Amino acid sequence: MLSIRHIVKQYAGHTALGDVSLEVESGQIFGLLGPNGAGKTSLIRIINQITAPDSGEVYFAGEKLNQSHIERIGYMPEERGLYKKMEIGEQMIYLARLKGLSRDEATKRLKSWFEKLEMQSWWNKKIEELSKGMQQKAQFVATILHEPDLIILDEPFSGFDPVNAELIKDEILELNRKGATILFSTHRMESVEELCDSIALLNKSKKVLDGKVKDIKNSYRNETYLVEYNGSKLNFDGSQPFNLVDETENGDETYTIKIKLNTAASANDVLQYLIPKTSINRLQEVVPTMNEIFIKKVNLKPIAS
Amino acid sequence: MNKVLLIIQREYLTRVKKKAFIVMTLLVPTLIVCMYGIIAFLALNNDELNKAHIIKVIDERGDYANKFHNVENLKFQTIHEPLAKAKAEVKKDEDSYLLWIPARINKTDTVQVFSKKKPSLTITGEVENQMNAIATNNGILKMGIDTAKLNAAKTSHITVGAREITDTGDTDANVGAAYGAGIAGAILIYISLFIYGAQVMRGVIEEKTSRIVEVIISSVKPFQLMLGKIIGVGMVGLTQFILWIILSASVSYIAGHFLTVPANPVMGFAKNLGANAVAEVGFFMFYWITGYLLYSALFAAVGSAVDSETETQQFMFPITLPLLFTYILSVSYLFQVPDSPLAVWLSIIPFTAPVAMMVRLPFGVPGWQMALSMLMMVIGFLFTTYIASRIYRVGILMYGKKASYKELVKWFFYKE
Repeated sequence: MLSIRHIVKQYAGHTALGDVSLEVESGQIFGLLGPNGAGKTSLIRIINQITAPDSGEVYFAGEKLNQSHIERIGYMPEERGLYKKMEIGEQMIYLARLKGLSRDEATKRLKSWFEKLEMQSWWNKKIEELSKGMQQKAQFVATILHEPDLIILDEPFSGFDPVNAELIKDEILELNRKGATILFSTHRMESVEELCDSIALLNKSKKVLDGKVKDIKNSYRNETYLVEYNGSKLNFDGSQPFNLVDETENGDETYTIKIKLNTAASANDVLQYLIPKTSINRLQEVVPTMNEIFIKKVNLKPIAS
Repeated sequence: MNKVLLIIQREYLTRVKKKAFIVMTLLVPTLIVCMYGIIAFLALNNDELNKAHIIKVIDERGDYANKFHNVENLKFQTIHEPLAKAKAEVKKDEDSYLLWIPARINKTDTVQVFSKKKPSLTITGEVENQMNAIATNNGILKMGIDTAKLNAAKTSHITVGAREITDTGDTDANVGAAYGAGIAGAILIYISLFIYGAQVMRGVIEEKTSRIVEVIISSVKPFQLMLGKIIGVGMVGLTQFILWIILSASVSYIAGHFLTVPANPVMGFAKNLGANAVAEVGFFMFYWITGYLLYSALFAAVGSAVDSETETQQFMFPITLPLLFTYILSVSYLFQVPDSPLAVWLSIIPFTAPVAMMVRLPFGVPGWQMALSMLMMVIGFLFTTYIASRIYRVGILMYGKKASYKELVKWFFYKE
């Protein structure tokens, strides 16, 4: 869907993107992650043709990015905004027409979206008369009204109350099921972790990591498990198939231990070893969060600036 | 191009639908007509001006009485009564006045007029003029000069008129109308460049602070957005001008049926300009449009560089300076010397030409100067639009950064 090849973007005095390459497959939910200032917004602006890269190329559905692709992309910037004094219905139609929709088509689609999100009564209201959450909903509708193939959402959930965030999340997933490719960008990595198929991590204008979420997590598993058991405190003599990393007493004769498996040992081995000795409440693999992976990755390979 | 039209349409419609626009459009012609109506009403119904007033004169010296001559609405009447009694009588009658000339008056003394109502300036002025004339005459008589001969020598009463030599023969040069037309044109251009330029600037700031600009420029090029806004607001200005002319002309036409009103200023203007009216209006429109394009592009650039209207000051100053300078020069000096080198240069430099040329136009401008000036206007607005668009495209995406002139230069040289 989107192929970003060796993008370099420099602003006077600093590098926003230093040779970044990415592949976003069609139908994916792709997460563009990284701390503030990593270059996410710069990259998104290039994809939206708001700015042009100093060097490198972007391909959209196999073609070199050009003006005709604008109508196939929907973009919700991090800094949201609409004309405050303009009526919401009229404004949504205007924005959709700028994306190439006819007035009739835009009106038709908008009506069905307003029905779906229970916004019908807002049609003639001015934006400034709406609550923040309502404005966000309107902004979301404006982003997707022209049924883009690629939806780019910069920090999509910031500013939404939990109910609306859930609602929007469901709508995004449904659009994805219908075939739209979604590109998220966020610095709150945990917020989109469970949504994304693939991610790319940006830090200090460089890509530090990318790939399928599953693969990345697998590669960062380190055979660590949490075990909670009930009974008297166990003592380990070295014959167990794991190393004890941490031990806590929870009271009521329950204990939690954090263990790291020995080479070639499996979770089954752990269970086999423990079952005769105590009663097990829970055994859970400790999977690193994206945040932890990021911190690890950035610390391992500090990037010279 | 289609998208620019969409933007123009939005900019235009949202503005003309505003209450402020409708109110202004209706209010200005109404005010003009009302003002003329009031003047006409006063002229027709002012009793003070039409009623006959009587001035009773008590002359204790004796060399003034009977020498006053009656003028329109003002009759002099010499009486021989004691002051107190005359005062009491005058107090009863609103339309009579009492002039008391004491026995001894020095050259600079004030002579009193008594009345129930405060006398108008016309009345005191007339009395003063006549008294001075009588005093002068008395002095001349006293010196033994023959006043009859003196008066004969003073008969000439010359006024100066102006005739313009043209191809079709001499015509009466209406110098007053030319001044009026020129200065009115200059003021109109000066004010409207500010009003509509500032509207463009405010529109840009609004888009920037509401953050919608990023959504819009993911659909259109920044230049298209800027162009659409400038043209849209410009059309709002044109609409307002045209509506003002139509409304004030038609309202005063209707009013003219009920009242004998002095002609509407717009009509009067056109009349004074004579046969050249159409050409002059055409030139006015040309300078208004090109001047607007030139300045509004700069205003748009300023709007893109700031986060709020309060920050615009530092950038506004150099933009408004040439306009303000020309405006002050125009209304105070240029119209007296419309062909001076200063006036010629100011009417050729694009930043000052829209105002300066208005002052020169009614006096006639050589063809080559006109052509050069118009060419410079076109070059000028293309030039400022180019510069402005390069600053604009960067500025609208810069939030929370205080821009300096150095910054603006940097933005100008940014690649896409």
